[in-house]
Amino acid sequence: MNDPIIQFHHFSFQYHAQSEPTLHDIDLEIRKGEKVLICGPSGCGKSTLAHCINGLIPFSYKGECGGSLTIAGRESRELGIFEISRTVGTVLQDTDGQFVGLTVAEDIAFAPENDCLGEPELHERVQKAAALVGVEGRLHHAPGELSGGQKQRVSLAGILVDDVEVLLFDEPLANLDPATGKQAIELIDEIQKKTGAAVVIIEHRLEDVLHRHVDRVVLMNAGRILADVAPDELLSGGLLKENGIREPLYITALKYAGVTVSADMHPDSIEGIILREEDREKLRDWFERTPPAPPMPERPVQLDIHELRFAYDNGHEALRDLSLSIRAGELSAVVGTNGAGKSTLCKLICGFEKQQSGTIELAGCDWASLSIKERADHVGYVMQNPNQMISQTMIFDEVALGLRTRGVGEEEIRRRVEETLKICGLWPFRNWPVSALSFGQKKRVTIAAILALEPEIIILDEPTAGQDYRHYTEIMEFLLALNRRGITVLMVTHDMHLMLEYARRAIVLSDSRLIADAPCAGILTDGEIIRRASLKETSLYTLAQRCGIDDGRAFVQRFIDYERREVRG
Amino acid sequence: MRPVFNYIDRSSPIHCLAGATKLVCLLLWSFAAMLTYDTRLLILLSVLSVALFRLSRIRLGDVSFMIGFTAVIMALNNLLVFLFAPQHGVTLYGTSHVIANLGGRWVITKEQLFYHLNLILKYLATIPIVLLFVCTTQPSEFAASLNRIGVKYSIAYSVALALRYIPDIQQEYHEISQAQQARGIEMSKKESLGKRLKAASAILIPLILSSMDRIETISNAMELRGFGKHKRRSWYMARPFRTADFLSMAVCALLLAAALLLNHLNGSRFWNPFV
Amino acid sequence: MKKSPIVTVVAIGIGAALFFVLARFVAIPSPVPNTNISIQYGLLAFMAALFGPVAGLLIGLIGHALADFSFGWGIWWSWVIASAVFGALMGLAARKVRLADGEFSKKDLVGFLIAVVIAHAVSWFVIAPVLDIVIYAEPANKVFIQGLFAGVSNIVTTAIVGSLLCAAYAASKPKKGSLKEEK
Repeated sequence: MNDPIIQFHHFSFQYHAQSEPTLHDIDLEIRKGEKVLICGPSGCGKSTLAHCINGLIPFSYKGECGGSLTIAGRESRELGIFEISRTVGTVLQDTDGQFVGLTVAEDIAFAPENDCLGEPELHERVQKAAALVGVEGRLHHAPGELSGGQKQRVSLAGILVDDVEVLLFDEPLANLDPATGKQAIELIDEIQKKTGAAVVIIEHRLEDVLHRHVDRVVLMNAGRILADVAPDELLSGGLLKENGIREPLYITALKYAGVTVSADMHPDSIEGIILREEDREKLRDWFERTPPAPPMPERPVQLDIHELRFAYDNGHEALRDLSLSIRAGELSAVVGTNGAGKSTLCKLICGFEKQQSGTIELAGCDWASLSIKERADHVGYVMQNPNQMISQTMIFDEVALGLRTRGVGEEEIRRRVEETLKICGLWPFRNWPVSALSFGQKKRVTIAAILALEPEIIILDEPTAGQDYRHYTEIMEFLLALNRRGITVLMVTHDMHLMLEYARRAIVLSDSRLIADAPCAGILTDGEIIRRASLKETSLYTLAQRCGIDDGRAFVQRFIDYERREVRG
Repeated sequence: MRPVFNYIDRSSPIHCLAGATKLVCLLLWSFAAMLTYDTRLLILLSVLSVALFRLSRIRLGDVSFMIGFTAVIMALNNLLVFLFAPQHGVTLYGTSHVIANLGGRWVITKEQLFYHLNLILKYLATIPIVLLFVCTTQPSEFAASLNRIGVKYSIAYSVALALRYIPDIQQEYHEISQAQQARGIEMSKKESLGKRLKAASAILIPLILSSMDRIETISNAMELRGFGKHKRRSWYMARPFRTADFLSMAVCALLLAAALLLNHLNGSRFWNPFV
Repeated sequence: MKKSPIVTVVAIGIGAALFFVLARFVAIPSPVPNTNISIQYGLLAFMAALFGPVAGLLIGLIGHALADFSFGWGIWWSWVIASAVFGALMGLAARKVRLADGEFSKKDLVGFLIAVVIAHAVSWFVIAPVLDIVIYAEPANKVFIQGLFAGVSNIVTTAIVGSLLCAAYAASKPKKGSLKEEK
């Protein structure tokens, strides 16, 4: 427990291509058997720090190191990347990129194969590692047959197949649905207990990681370590908010109610937090005091979906008897596990696929005979990754692309593109190349390119994936502003916060069927729906119960209304 | 989607052979069929390949698409040969037995028909073996087999990676193309060729750029797991050779030797029944 | 992008997968009825320019061989080898182009286009037909006309698609410069 296995001492690093160091004066120790969470906003240097720990820096990404970094007692730059990988095993964020084998067994075997391990030991080790993470029944499955969570388990097994001393997880929650993310955190905890390895988790979703005990949280910003303390201590201060990390919702709620959160309350979990009677009283008071939002006026139905059924060529039924109405000017979330039918629904609306039966009507007109292009005049579709949509070099051209293919005159194009760029806050960059933009700005460009076609509805696939809290808020506020201009917004998402904070309504799919269609507060407090759709109960609900508020659903709704009104204005 | 390999799990003597054996046999067999135009040997190879296909318990229905496709290509190729070189058979065999005259150079001769028969026999001698290989070899075993027959393991792994990521890339292509279609990008016949190519680029560019990111991620992942550490590596899917493996390879080697020997005895690659 | 032997291995694998997908599933109708345009050579030219001649050779070889395989007629070696040679030549020709650093100047473009013409000419006017004759003993007449047709159509598509890809890739590399926000 005592030997530091990784030790940074006045460490700094600067990429060759950059003019400023990315890491400044890092002092950090990670000891055997410890579990450390490293968090911070995008660009804070946490990924660079991870690259230093696993040896990609300085061996793959070249740059200037200052100070010292020792791994298992030896200076890292004197080791090689292969030697470091004997000590540190890394699970990357992109599980598809890490899964290089054609089947589960081959992928787990990858590292020992590279060590020339022969039969029968190879098969034994693979079997053992697979059993450790619970994929032993799927050894011959191809990656295409696995869910995101299962792929991550395979990645972990591929690391555990060697006895490493440090397990490094780079954003393990990024691509998982809420329930699977929760299981991932539990699995990491379990594996650590079994193997005694040190665990380092890089992640900005603090509340989700804290689902299981963490020894220390390291907060980074602008290439420096700002805090390296127990979670209780960090949660009771204001550093998180200042540095663009979202604190757990129950803590935010307590703060709204005027409760002072201190470290001795053990705020690191909603189950464990010590709440005195007076704190509970305050929360109840706040709940009574806060007025509910006025009900939304009933709006006319815009998109009417009736008994939609779709099956793929291989016979897999992706949607069954789905009926749904989207009202004009709504902002709703479509949620559910991977493969529940969310993306199929979007594809059918956009015309990418054709339903076997059922109808889709826009403002009373049947869409059956409209082509993809014709539908796109009414419904815009924004993919998750902006890099998958952008094909032009200049921002202006990218936004103008759809108009040009429709044969709109140059004069009119200029007018519409400029107007769109203004709405999207991209006006100052109108003459820039796309490559000069950040990820979040690129996302805006893709949304702008869709808006230029003036659709009534836009559908977004995971609009905030891979974004830290600040960028996430920026994108969502932007969508909210568009929504206020009358555009109907439909978001497919795994992010419970996003759904709770921004969507008025959640459309829940499970196993190819619609299982719920209701306001979000209702969904995230309903145990049965949560279980069936792999969602996660909001900690606000637990907080309400712990404070003796009977109507947990109303409490959650009140919290959302309060934030919308008071905090975000 | 139909991947490169179309592995069909049935138990047969062919399925039991090691992947490397099947690869070696495929190569020897196809070289033999490629090098000879001796009709007698081609008939033997065709009969054997059909027999082996039966032995593998793969049904015609399993591979009807590929057979149909190849049949079209074979017909097209024969047609082209006749259109552009109607006298090729005459040149090859040195005699001319005219059957019918279609006008101009297009005279049907026995020699030309015999040449076409050989062309068709070549397909018949190879296609069943290729289908056999594609349907009875697990893709996973293929890379290990390549390494086993002497291909550098890094290149063998490139092949494995290609097989691994073809479905992912195909899906990504499909998604990008749908999203771009919604923006009005079309590749249909209505547009001019230049426009079609530009449209294709609007789909290709995002696909390529995201593939570059993929390359970086995968190479990091492989490096972190020790790829390239040693001069060789072992393979989870490798299978040891047994008697049947050695026997099969020996038979195929003999067939190739026969092809070479006949070429030598005939004095050319053609067996000439006309003189 | 970083350069290492592993990156090349992965680039070959992904490049071959891309080549396969484009060759196999992307059908752009050509002016000649019932034939499709091969845009995979545009990709191959770009990958070769970025990752070098060895990568170009192997992407052409593996990608084309796998595509042949999946159609079921085995490997038509003469054309597979021609694809590989094209990849290798493009890699050699573009050795001086610093595409990885985001540079693709007018001069580079002209050089690239000339290389495309020469490399395709070598592959389809010489290598593919000659190998067709040597390996398969096909009639010269037919194979040279086939080669001519394939070569010309490949030159046109590669020139357009390949240079668009190179330019787009170079432009996607952020450059230091004097970009200013405008009011």
